[in-house]
Amino acid sequence: MNMLNSFIPALAFLFQQADAPQSRGALMWQSASHPDLSKFLVIGALLFIIGVAGVLTRRNIIVIFMSIELILNAANLNFIAFSRYLQSTGSVNALAGQLFAVFVIVVAAAEAAIGLGIVIALYRNKETIWVDEIDLLKW
Amino acid sequence: MYKYIWLVPLLPLIGAAINGLFGRKFRFSENLIGGIAVGSVALAFLISVAAVYSYGFGNPAHWPTPYLTSQDGFSFDWIPGGAVRINQGIHEAGAETPRYALLDVEWSYQLDPLSSIFMLIVTGVGLCIFVFATGYMHGEAGFYRFFAYMGLFMFAMLVLVMGSNFLMMFVGWEGVGLCSYLLIGYYFDRQEAANASRKAFITNRVGDFGFALAIFGIIATFGTAQYTQVFEHAKTFPMETIGHWGVLSWIALGLFIGACGKSAQLPLHVWLPDAMAGPTPVSALIHAATMVTAGLYMVTRTNVIFQHSQTMLLVVALVGAATAIFAATIGITQNDIKKVLAYSTVSQLGFMFMACGVGAFVIGIFHVMTHAFFKALMFLGAGSVIHGMHHEQDMRRMGGLRKYMPYTYWTFFAGWLAICGIIPFSGFWSKDEILWSAASTSQIPYGWVIWLVGTIAAICTAFYMTRLMAMTFWGQERFLEGAGGEADEAHASAYDKGLTQHDAVLASAGDRPRHEPGEHVGPVHETVAHHVGTHGHDLEHNGHRHGAHVPHESPRSMWVPLAVLAVLATLGGFLGVGPAFRLFTGAEHPGGRMNIVNWLEPVIWRPGGEAAGEHAAEHGSAPVTEGGFNLAHAVEHSTGNELLTEWIFIAISLVAAGIGMLLGFLFYVWRPALPGIWAQRLGPLYRASYNKYWVDEFYGWAITRRTMDAARAVFSFDSKIVDGIVNGLAALSRLASRIVGGFDKYFVDGLVNTIAAFIARLMSPLLRAAQTGFTQNYALVMIVGLMIAVVAFFARDIAHDIAQTLRGIFAAIL
Repeated sequence: MNMLNSFIPALAFLFQQADAPQSRGALMWQSASHPDLSKFLVIGALLFIIGVAGVLTRRNIIVIFMSIELILNAANLNFIAFSRYLQSTGSVNALAGQLFAVFVIVVAAAEAAIGLGIVIALYRNKETIWVDEIDLLKW
Repeated sequence: MYKYIWLVPLLPLIGAAINGLFGRKFRFSENLIGGIAVGSVALAFLISVAAVYSYGFGNPAHWPTPYLTSQDGFSFDWIPGGAVRINQGIHEAGAETPRYALLDVEWSYQLDPLSSIFMLIVTGVGLCIFVFATGYMHGEAGFYRFFAYMGLFMFAMLVLVMGSNFLMMFVGWEGVGLCSYLLIGYYFDRQEAANASRKAFITNRVGDFGFALAIFGIIATFGTAQYTQVFEHAKTFPMETIGHWGVLSWIALGLFIGACGKSAQLPLHVWLPDAMAGPTPVSALIHAATMVTAGLYMVTRTNVIFQHSQTMLLVVALVGAATAIFAATIGITQNDIKKVLAYSTVSQLGFMFMACGVGAFVIGIFHVMTHAFFKALMFLGAGSVIHGMHHEQDMRRMGGLRKYMPYTYWTFFAGWLAICGIIPFSGFWSKDEILWSAASTSQIPYGWVIWLVGTIAAICTAFYMTRLMAMTFWGQERFLEGAGGEADEAHASAYDKGLTQHDAVLASAGDRPRHEPGEHVGPVHETVAHHVGTHGHDLEHNGHRHGAHVPHESPRSMWVPLAVLAVLATLGGFLGVGPAFRLFTGAEHPGGRMNIVNWLEPVIWRPGGEAAGEHAAEHGSAPVTEGGFNLAHAVEHSTGNELLTEWIFIAISLVAAGIGMLLGFLFYVWRPALPGIWAQRLGPLYRASYNKYWVDEFYGWAITRRTMDAARAVFSFDSKIVDGIVNGLAALSRLASRIVGGFDKYFVDGLVNTIAAFIARLMSPLLRAAQTGFTQNYALVMIVGLMIAVVAFFARDIAHDIAQTLRGIFAAIL
C-alpha cells in the first residue's frame, strides 16, 4: 500500500502537465487521482482485471463464477468509492452509488444461485464442469 | 266496435310469434303453448263476432257499405307507388289516349259482408280446430312449432280475406301457401310428407303465377288495386259474351287459374289429396275449411269482373262440375279415411265453383260456410278415429267403432247427413240451392249439363260418405285382425325396393302423433291392459300388428270441438233458407240480414242493372244469354207453376242423396260381398278410380320427367360447353404457368443458387472457424472489442496526453 501511495501521485504528476483546456481523460484522471479515491480505484481496477483474466483463462466453471464475482465486486468497490468521494464534495447524488452496490449484490446473489443450479444440471448431464468440454454451440 | 278489426289478424300473429320464437328456447309447457294459441284465436273470434255484429246489426249499422280501417287511420302506406300510366284495357267507349293514375297501395283491412263471413268462418272454425289440436297433438316434440305455424296461418288467412286490395290478398294468398307447405311437411322426417309439401307448394306456384298476372292486369287496367275502386271502374266496362276475349276475360282467366291452384280444381287438384300427409287438424283447418276456399273468396270478391265475361263464367262452371264428378268418383274407391275426405273436399269445392260459374256467387259462399262446418267436423272426426285407432288410417281395418267412440260417432253422423244433403242438415240447403241455380241459370248456356253432372256427383257423394260411415263405424270389428291390405302392400313394396320393414311402416302409416309408452291418453285407455305396454311402440316393434289395438274414445279437448261443429253442421243451413220454402217462412229469403243471401246481396253485382230485383241477386240475374235449353224454364213451362218447379228440384236432389245412401247401405251394410263383385265387373273403371285416373302418373311423365329431361339437357350444356370453356381456359393458363414456372425454376433459381452457393462456399470456413463453441473465446472477443472501443473512444485524449508527456520528457532532456 505504501508503494501505491507513492506511485499514484507520481502518475498524477505525470499527467497534470496538461494545459487547459484539459481533455476529458485529463479531467477524469484529475478526479480519479484524488487521494481519497485513487487507492480504491486502483484496487477496483486490479480486481476487475484479475476477474476478467480468470473468466478468460480458467476451465473450471466454478472458478469462472468466482471470477465473475470478482468483477462484480470490483464494480461495487468503485460505486462505494465514488459515493464517498461525492459525499465529501457535497453532491446530492452521493447515496446513489451505495444503493447501486446493494442492487449489484442482490443481482449477484440471484445470479450465483441460478448459475450454480445450471452447473449442477450441467454436471448431471455431461458429468463435467470443464468449459472446454461443454461445446454444445459448436456445430 | 268494428274499428278494432285490425286486431283480428294481429292477435294470432302475436301468439304465433311468442310460440315460435320462445316456445323452444324457454321450453314452454304444452298447456302454455296451447293456451297462447287458443287464447289468441279465441280473442280474435270474439272481436270478429263483436265487429260483425256492430257492423251488421249495430245502431246505426254500417252494413251495406264496406268499412275500411283506413277511415279511422288504422292503416299505413304500404306501397307508395306513384304515378302509373294506364295504357292497357282502354275500353272501347273510352278515349284512346292513355290515362294516368296514382297507385298508392295502403295496408288496411276491409269489413264488408263477404269478408265478415270469412272472418267468422276462419276464426270460429279455426278456434274449434285449435282446441281439438291441443288434444290431438299432445305428446308431440314439435308442439310449439305446430302452433306457431297454425297461428301464422290464421294471420295469413285473415289478411287474405280482410285485406282491402288485391296486393294484400296476394300477401295472404302466399302466406297461407307457405303455412300450408310448412304444415303438410310438419313430419318432415318422412319422405312422403316432405314430397307432399313440395308438391303442394309447386302446384300452387302455377296458380299463383296466373293470379299475379291477373293482379298486374288489374293494376294496368284500372290503375289501382283497391277493391272498391277497381269494381267501381269495372262496372262501366262492356259485357263480353262467349268467345269474346276482352281484357276482363283475360283478368278473370288469370284469377281463375289462381283459384284453381289454391282451391284444388282440375287440373291443379293433385296436391290436395297428398296434403293429407300433414297432421289431421291441419287437414281440417287448411285443406278443408279455410285455405282451399280462398279461391271461392277471390272469385266472389271479383264477381264484377267474372260476370263481365260470360266465357269465364262458363269455364268456371264447367271446371267446377268436372272437378265435382271427377273427385267424387275417385272418393268412392279410396281406402284411406283421410283420402276419402280429401277427394270429398275437392268435389265439394267443385260444387262451389259450379255455383259461382252459374252466377250464384252467394250460394257458393253459403256452401263454403256449410262445408266448412261439416267438413271440418268430419276431418276432426277422422282425426279422432285415427287417434283412437292408434294411427291407423285404413278403413279396411276399422269397423264397428260406434261402440267404442260414441261422441265421435254421433258427431260424425251429423256431418254425414249434412254432406249427403238430407233435410234439414246444413249441406242440404246449400247443395240444393247450387243445383237449382245451375238448372235455372240464365247467365250461361248449358246450365242443364252442369245440373246433371252436379246431381250425379251428389249421388256419388252420398255413396262414398255412406261407405265411409259403414266401413268405419258400422259392421264388423276388423281392427283386431292381423294386418292386411295396404300395410302388407307396403311391406311387399318395401321388400321389392330392398327396404326394411321399419321403412315400410314409416312409409305407409299416415299422420301419427307419437305418445310416450304407457302415457295416459284417453279414459278407455287404462282399462285396456294389453296395449299399455306396446302403445307408442307399435311403429318400432311390431310393424305387423300395427293397428291391432282396441280403439278408445278421444279426450274431452277433442270431442268438445266436435260437438260444437256438429251443432253448426246441423243447424248452419238455416242461415240460408231458400225461396222454395216461402210457403212456410213467408219470405223469399227469411231472416232479414241474418239470411246469408240478403247479407251478401250488396257484394254481388247485378249485370242487368238495379231494376232486376232481388231475384237476380240469387239466381244470377237478368238474362245475358238468350236461347238454348234451360232446364228449369222447361220444367216450369210444363208444370206451369214456379213453386212446384222448385219443389221438383228439391225432391230430385233429396232422391239423389237417398239413392246414394241406399246404394251405400246395400254395398257395405246389407251385402258386403257386392263391392268385390262390382269391382271385378267394372274392372277398368274401378282401377281408373282407384288409381285416381292416373293423373299423378301422367303429370309425372308429362311434366316432372320432361322438366328433368330439360334440366339434364341444360346440365349437359353446362357441364360440356360452359365447363369445357372454363376448363379449357384453365388448361391454357396451366400450360402457360408451367412454362413460366420452368423458366423461373431452372434459369432464375439456377442463377441465384449458383451465386449463393459460391458465396456460401467461400465464406463459410471463415465464419465457421469463428464459432468455436467455447464461451471463453466469445468473452475474449468481447473484451478485446471493449478494449478497442475504449481506446478508440479515448484515442484523442490518449494521443494528446502521450504528446504532452513526450514533450515534457524532451523538455526535461533538452
